[in-house]
Amino acid sequence: MSGTGGIATLAEHKRRRIDELTARTAEAGGVSLLRDAGRRLLRNPTAVVGAVIILLFLVIAVFAPLVAPHDPVQRFPELTRDLTVDAIPGASAGHPLGSDPLGRDFASRMIYGARQTLFVGVLATLIGLLSGVLLGAVAGAAGGWVDVLIMRITDVLLALPSLLLAITLVALASRSTQWTVIIAVAVVNVPIFARLLRGAMLAQRESDHVLAARALGVKRRDIVLRHMLPNSLTAVIVQATLTFAVAILDAAALSFLGLGDPDINRAEWGLMLGVDGVRYFEVRPELAYFPALAIIAVALGFTLLGESMREALDPKNRR
Amino acid sequence: MVRVILRRLIQLVVTLLALMTLVFFWLRSLPGGPVDALLGERATPQTRELLTRALGYDQPIWVQYGRFLKNVVTGNFGNSIRTGEPVMDVISRSFPATVELAAGAIVIAIGLGLPLGYLAARHRGRLLDNATIIVTLVGISIPIFFLGYLLKDWLTQDIHFFPPSGRITTGLDNTDVTGFFVLDGLLTRELDASADALWHLVLPALTLATIPLAIIIRITRASVLDVLDEDYIRTADAKGLRNATIRRRHVLRNALLPVVTTIGLQTGALLAGAVLTEKVYNWGGLGTLITDSISGGRDYPVLQALILLAAAVFIVVNLLVDLSYAIIDPRVRVQ
Amino acid sequence: MPLLDVRDLSVVFQRKGTRPVTAVDGVSFTVEPGQTVGLVGESGCGKSVTSLAIMGLLPRRGNRVGGEVRFDGTDLLTLRPRDLRDRRGRDIGMIFQDPLSSLNPVIPLGLQVAEVLERHQGRSRQAALREARGLLDAVGIPDPARRLKEFPHQLSGGMRQRALIAIALACKPRLLIADEPTTALDVTIQAQILTLLKDLVDRSGTALMMITHDLGVVAGLCDTVNVLYAGKVVERAGRHDLFADPRHPYTHGLLQSVPRLDADRGGRLHQIRGSVSDNIPWPEGCAFAPRCDRVNDACIGETVPLAPTHRGGALRCTNPVPQEVSA
Repeated sequence: MSGTGGIATLAEHKRRRIDELTARTAEAGGVSLLRDAGRRLLRNPTAVVGAVIILLFLVIAVFAPLVAPHDPVQRFPELTRDLTVDAIPGASAGHPLGSDPLGRDFASRMIYGARQTLFVGVLATLIGLLSGVLLGAVAGAAGGWVDVLIMRITDVLLALPSLLLAITLVALASRSTQWTVIIAVAVVNVPIFARLLRGAMLAQRESDHVLAARALGVKRRDIVLRHMLPNSLTAVIVQATLTFAVAILDAAALSFLGLGDPDINRAEWGLMLGVDGVRYFEVRPELAYFPALAIIAVALGFTLLGESMREALDPKNRR
Repeated sequence: MVRVILRRLIQLVVTLLALMTLVFFWLRSLPGGPVDALLGERATPQTRELLTRALGYDQPIWVQYGRFLKNVVTGNFGNSIRTGEPVMDVISRSFPATVELAAGAIVIAIGLGLPLGYLAARHRGRLLDNATIIVTLVGISIPIFFLGYLLKDWLTQDIHFFPPSGRITTGLDNTDVTGFFVLDGLLTRELDASADALWHLVLPALTLATIPLAIIIRITRASVLDVLDEDYIRTADAKGLRNATIRRRHVLRNALLPVVTTIGLQTGALLAGAVLTEKVYNWGGLGTLITDSISGGRDYPVLQALILLAAAVFIVVNLLVDLSYAIIDPRVRVQ
Repeated sequence: MPLLDVRDLSVVFQRKGTRPVTAVDGVSFTVEPGQTVGLVGESGCGKSVTSLAIMGLLPRRGNRVGGEVRFDGTDLLTLRPRDLRDRRGRDIGMIFQDPLSSLNPVIPLGLQVAEVLERHQGRSRQAALREARGLLDAVGIPDPARRLKEFPHQLSGGMRQRALIAIALACKPRLLIADEPTTALDVTIQAQILTLLKDLVDRSGTALMMITHDLGVVAGLCDTVNVLYAGKVVERAGRHDLFADPRHPYTHGLLQSVPRLDADRGGRLHQIRGSVSDNIPWPEGCAFAPRCDRVNDACIGETVPLAPTHRGGALRCTNPVPQEVSA
């Protein structure tokens, strides 16, 4: 727009000026933190990469029966025929990734493994999240001795590093099942979410909008549900994505230690890596590489997304 | 300051007490109870009754608890179900191995982590920084036992550079003084034993260090970046101070505060990683002890003691971190 | 020769993904030895960026600096970083707005003063600390020996700013740049600090460049005043001339908006309509035009140059306030 002498009258200049200013204020008005963050996230390559990875595996998990060439549990004679302790058949016709130590189609097990692994991760995270959030909300809203009691319990739980706590829980259970692993990993996360939510609630309690609501006579229950919880949500979401990655890794570690799900028919990456993968590492390293890379990819995806969400939702970064 | 330490010690004792109580009641509540765990397959109604009476499990629960507490305070954790030895002996035998491993890992994590984190922050947005971020992200996403096997595969099988397992070459004559093999070699002047032990330590320590290293790099980087934005750095620049002076006195002193906390937390978490690493490398420390005590029948006496030990270590480390904070940050000291 | 000769200084900020922003657009002014010069303007007019550019304290990347900054004949903008670093603190001192955040919280105050002396005068730690005590005393800090060992959070706001002044003047620089030194302080403390500054500067013959948005500060302190708007100097005049007879409509408006004790109590406060962000989006023309009551077509269409005035100052206006209109 080169205005050299192009503006004839002052009136026209003023008109143009006002139009521009009106346009600008309309655009800048009231952008909520979430929308602002959402916009920033979509432009952030890290977040996009993370989200794409997660979606990819989600799709594979959901459509496993359609994607996998075979049934993951079935043992195939053409594979078991050549199976010995020192040699596990590799790729062949109809079996793109070859066999696993029991003559099952490795590729199918990998694909169905997406289901199981995501299942374990989602459930462990969800249970931990819901319990933790509930606990933290109660502690934060009630205050007083309820708060102190809950905090002492979380202190005890947090006294141990997460994997050790999970091992302890598994050890204290009389036997191991798939659910033992899920519960153990979930319990490890409860104090984290509880602390998180309680912290957010405490910060909210003193904030202006809560004070305003109380001054208006809004009932305490409504304040908690309608004002405090939604604002605490963002931190919880970020933590959940990061927790997910750790959940899968911890589950895999438990399987590796022999403390995990004893059902060898189940196709779960942590199990495949921790049991078969390491046992046959010298004979056929692919049995370890594939599930490991899959776990790394999923963990990475969630971590990338979680980290970029944390950055995007940090109010300090607002333009 | 003394008050803080006292308060924390009380907290330590209370937490441990709570933990012990939880474990105590939990074990008693399991189906079959501890007696079945001890007898396992050989349980018959007669033996079960005999053992119950012998161990005092038929006493009222409060009496049992009292006895339990008394035993713990005197350091009597009973005998291992697996080996029959006193639990304290079993643990103190494995203890040095894990400490050596953890020490090695921490040295690597701090020694590499701090400089790399600082450099990444200084060269923000450029190649070194981006590469560092990617590597650290992968580092925390990788299952460490898998990493252990990878390193083993590359560096001990393909290239016979490092020994694949164990703490020291079997057959090598080494005198066991403290249980810390590297140290022992120095103490008894068997330097070849020291060197050999050190050689065995490299890979496991490297494996164990991976996650703490990645986290320390990230926290250091973030912290240095925060500090670089601060006004007092601008003042230091305006004074015309040399870069090295600013870095040492103004940037690092402030940036290290949150890093110290992280180091403390990571040290505690090392025990968890050690459990995995020791299995991969056949290390024979506390980690191996934990897994042995769980798979193939639960060795409850040992487990009980280990839980308490782990919790105590973690809490003590946290206490030390808090104390160091008070030393480093004068704003905390007043009062 | 002027001590500081800023010629056509420009600073353009450019972050990737955004349009370039010209914060300083051809600013020129001088500071004579021992003189006190004011840089006045609202927030965002580019006065702070100017001072940072002079000191070489802008971030290393994301900005382009043009023009010349001649200090004692040498163009600071062309110096190697190492040489510039030598001059900072020694020849030119600077104090900033927020005294608490400008001091390192974990290092004792004494060291923060002493390190300037160690660096530029090669003193030992002991000698530097001894001199530091004297410096703290000279800026009016009571019980300086004790303060040497204390930390910034243990001092009051006024004392911190005094300490920063001591630090800036420790090596007896020829020029002191003060960027809003009293804005973060209580009003009563403000007066004390300004008196202190005036005192020190008069006694040592140091030139002072005072950056502020507060006309009251300028009135008591500065020999010459430069008024900035949108990154350009729009008026320059001696203190008396400026306050008695402002020519530029912006300056005039600023002075009019200062509440006066002798004004009619029922009268409304005068204000300049619009805000700083109401700019003409094209480069030609006066940036103040949308807010000016005296605007004409010449202001909008063509670039308005900074022209010297009869009274020794400068003015960038095609339709200035006639003399003797302002009271």
